[in-house]
Amino acid sequence: MEPSLIRAIAAIWPEILITATIIAVTIVGLLVKDKRDVVGPALLGLACAAGIEASFFFFQKWSLFYGMVAMDPLSAFFKMVFFLAAFLVVLFSMASKEVSQSVSPEEYYASLLGATLGMCLLASSLNLIMIYISLELTSIASYILTASMRESRRSSEAGLKYSLYGAVASGVMIYGMSLLYGMTGSLDLTEIGTKLQGVSVPPQGLILALMFVLVGFGFKISMVPFHMWAPDVYEGAPLPITAFLSVGPKAAGFAVLIRFLYTAFAVPWASPGAAQGQWFYLSGIDWPDTLAWLAALTMTVGNLAAIAQTNLKRLLAYSSIAQAGYMLVGVVCLSSSGLEAVLFYVAVYLFMNLGAFLVVMVVKNHLETEEMEGYRGLGVRVPFLAAGMTIFLFALTGIPPLSGFFGKVLLFGALIKEEIYWLAVVGVLNSVVSLYYYAGILKKMYLEDQRFPLPLGGEGKGEEATLHLSLLETGLLIALLALTILFGLWPTPLMELTSFSLNFFVL
Amino acid sequence: MIIEHLLSWITFFPLVGVIVILFLPGTRVRAIHVVSVIATAIPLLLSVPLLIGFNSGMGSFQFVEHTTWIPTFNIEYYMGVDGLSVPMVFLTAILSFLCIFASFGIDKLQKGYFALFLILETGMMGVFCALDFFLFYVFWEIVLFPMYFLIGIWGGPRREYAAIKFFLYTLFGSVLMLLVILALYFNSVDPATGKHTFNMVTLMDQRSHGPWLKNFDVRLILYIGLYIGFAIKVPVFPFHTWLPDAHVEAPTAISVILAGVLLKMGTYGLLRVSYPILPDMAVYTSLFLAVMGMINIVYGALVSMAQKDFKKLIAYSSISHMGYVLLGMSVLTDQGMNGAVLQMFSHGVITGMLFLLVGVIYDRAHHRDLDGFGGLASQMPVYAGITSVAFMGALGLPGLSGFIAEALVFIGAFNVYRVITIISATGVIITAAYILWTYQRVFFGSLAEKYKTLPEITTRELFTLVPLAIIVIIIGVYPMPILNIMSTTLHNLILVVKP
Repeated sequence: MEPSLIRAIAAIWPEILITATIIAVTIVGLLVKDKRDVVGPALLGLACAAGIEASFFFFQKWSLFYGMVAMDPLSAFFKMVFFLAAFLVVLFSMASKEVSQSVSPEEYYASLLGATLGMCLLASSLNLIMIYISLELTSIASYILTASMRESRRSSEAGLKYSLYGAVASGVMIYGMSLLYGMTGSLDLTEIGTKLQGVSVPPQGLILALMFVLVGFGFKISMVPFHMWAPDVYEGAPLPITAFLSVGPKAAGFAVLIRFLYTAFAVPWASPGAAQGQWFYLSGIDWPDTLAWLAALTMTVGNLAAIAQTNLKRLLAYSSIAQAGYMLVGVVCLSSSGLEAVLFYVAVYLFMNLGAFLVVMVVKNHLETEEMEGYRGLGVRVPFLAAGMTIFLFALTGIPPLSGFFGKVLLFGALIKEEIYWLAVVGVLNSVVSLYYYAGILKKMYLEDQRFPLPLGGEGKGEEATLHLSLLETGLLIALLALTILFGLWPTPLMELTSFSLNFFVL
Repeated sequence: MIIEHLLSWITFFPLVGVIVILFLPGTRVRAIHVVSVIATAIPLLLSVPLLIGFNSGMGSFQFVEHTTWIPTFNIEYYMGVDGLSVPMVFLTAILSFLCIFASFGIDKLQKGYFALFLILETGMMGVFCALDFFLFYVFWEIVLFPMYFLIGIWGGPRREYAAIKFFLYTLFGSVLMLLVILALYFNSVDPATGKHTFNMVTLMDQRSHGPWLKNFDVRLILYIGLYIGFAIKVPVFPFHTWLPDAHVEAPTAISVILAGVLLKMGTYGLLRVSYPILPDMAVYTSLFLAVMGMINIVYGALVSMAQKDFKKLIAYSSISHMGYVLLGMSVLTDQGMNGAVLQMFSHGVITGMLFLLVGVIYDRAHHRDLDGFGGLASQMPVYAGITSVAFMGALGLPGLSGFIAEALVFIGAFNVYRVITIISATGVIITAAYILWTYQRVFFGSLAEKYKTLPEITTRELFTLVPLAIIVIIIGVYPMPILNIMSTTLHNLILVVKP
């Protein structure tokens, strides 16, 4: 249903608020003495936007501005994830020494909000042009954020690499989109879906177009073989931005992937959005099969490459590639249980992955190192921090009773329900592989000779050496730990939310 | 209130201890010890009403607690015990309690050690009490990570290798089990509610299985998936390579728990899950399991004989002794089954003693090389005496618990698989050979000069050993109480598998 223009504007209040916050951050940055004060309006804007979005969650489903963007539970779910991620990353940035020393705050926070705005629009896009524009908005803001440490060569290099890869990926994507437009005569996802069902379009051309579009999305979610940028960019970017890239744009990529594939390239079996929803793919275009292979490849390559890493940022980069592989298996199921599993995993992955990056950041703040060697003996020196890292890593591995375990059960359960057994076997075996390199960090923290002195920084000497976490660091750690554990022991509320969020068809 | 939720109290009380320990400063070692003793003593005390209140005549599950946990997936918090789990719960309670005392010598990071130890106890208890498959799996996995740290931080020189090997091996087994659990879930329907179910008792009812699950090949693949998960834990022959490493590197108390309880989780899983849920496959693979049992018995015993390291010898003897359990349960007769479960209990106690005894001598001599000892009987007569009880128990001397269990296994197996039983029986002879040879090497002969000052076993160490020795002797002389507890359940299990 198409609401009036006034209502449509009301329905994008959160986005308007974020835009206003970007302006506010820029202006406040000019006025205040300590430019770091701009986090105030940034946090306020994000919190308000999240609050408003939450109230929209159970609202009517609308398609706004002549079918450009959707207002539905799916986009609301993802927007809340983005706001939360951005909010946490702003707090991360406040706690990060790297950021507070070497970036100009107003540009940094404005870009962060810009990326968030892009992700919000991406998650609700219903039109190819809209998808392209919001994807570019997200990407360009991400390039700037990656390169925001101007003094650092590593950061600039990463930014350049990221933008080169990104430019190629989005170029290929828009080529695919133009093919799609040429074949169907429409830019609207729903209309494309209807056209593809009715008119006989040559499948070869369609497959080509689809694959080109998937390059763009695959780049965002760091799917193999479009993952090459991730380790270098993750390593070069300031830590809060690395954390942000590993959850925010990745989740946005999944949002648009789901909406694109399930609107244009799949047809629902039963009544749309029904609890036991099932889809089938368009005849001749077996994208679930291709995507299943890519998912298997993504998790395997990510996990195997992670084994050899000694830099924690690179290790977590490969780990997050592997995690994208797990999430992809939910997309190939063509069932609502698969999609629910993806949404659930996106949410819990936000907490556990940000948690792991938080620990890396704290260690970097205090010990000036991202190398594995810097974690030696951490379990004895800073038990709380090391225990936190342990829990996040176990959650990423999928050890019960943590939330990551339940997420994996949902994903692999969806596969088994749809009888895609081989992928489930590949998935669980990959979990075993992932344990090996996660345990490598545990080994450094707990198992290796603890008499070794802490490297470089750290207060005190030898046995006594410790480091004192700031209040903000401690608070963030506790909050993320609590959420990681809570959704493992009591996943019901989140599951109900994800199951409601699938209600995404604009009729 | 406690009696109604007896199993929850037994399972989760150690976690109370964990919380208290986490709030204690790490320097107050004495207080940590006291808290740990209390946190393990309460489950042990609570297992007494469990033993008394358990009605062995009833075939069904008792002390049942049943509430929903995750309603969307019909996952339940469903705890209950039968004649198979009661002995295991008691075994876990007593070994955990005694191992706390055996851990007083831990000299670094005591806070972490005892906290992890108590989490481990919760996991083990949960495995033996859970009747919901999902819950079972959660407890099963909770056992893994404390074990990883306990071996990896407080273990011997090659602890890092042993710890990660243990972790990867067992995780590999359990993720396969997870897939089987999910496959069972999505292909079965609770006849009463019409929903998919993780409830093991419902899954045991073959009517709950969907059409896909009726397929022979599917059942065989699922059975194999479960088997690999459990066989790694037992460990059955080709999957046993983690065990010597883990046992040798683990600190004494952890070796006791590993051999005494963790190995039993494997055979318990086969009896609790594989047998009743896929009974036709249990019959189909019966010969295979018997052969694996035979290989375990003979191979384990032969490898034990070749060992020079005291602890490694006992580790391999565990493989051998778990073979009796496999042989006994494979034949699906009353005697065999009772013998198998009795052997699970008896081996837990005896091998616990053996590892504690190795710990005693290692603490004094700081090595475990069997050729480096000799003549200790004259220097440490009490130690030699209590060691002889454990050794005789291990070689199956009549009058001790190991004999009853092994005799029952052989009686039960003989009429079913004669050749296999006869070959397996040679394991008894090899066991006698290496046990007696070991005893001779350690205790007889001339005492080396450097061991002339070796102190006698202390009261604390005796305290950990004597209760176990008493159990070994009582069961050896009069096994009826424990056989009564389990016989009805096991008889019913046989009826389920071979109607």
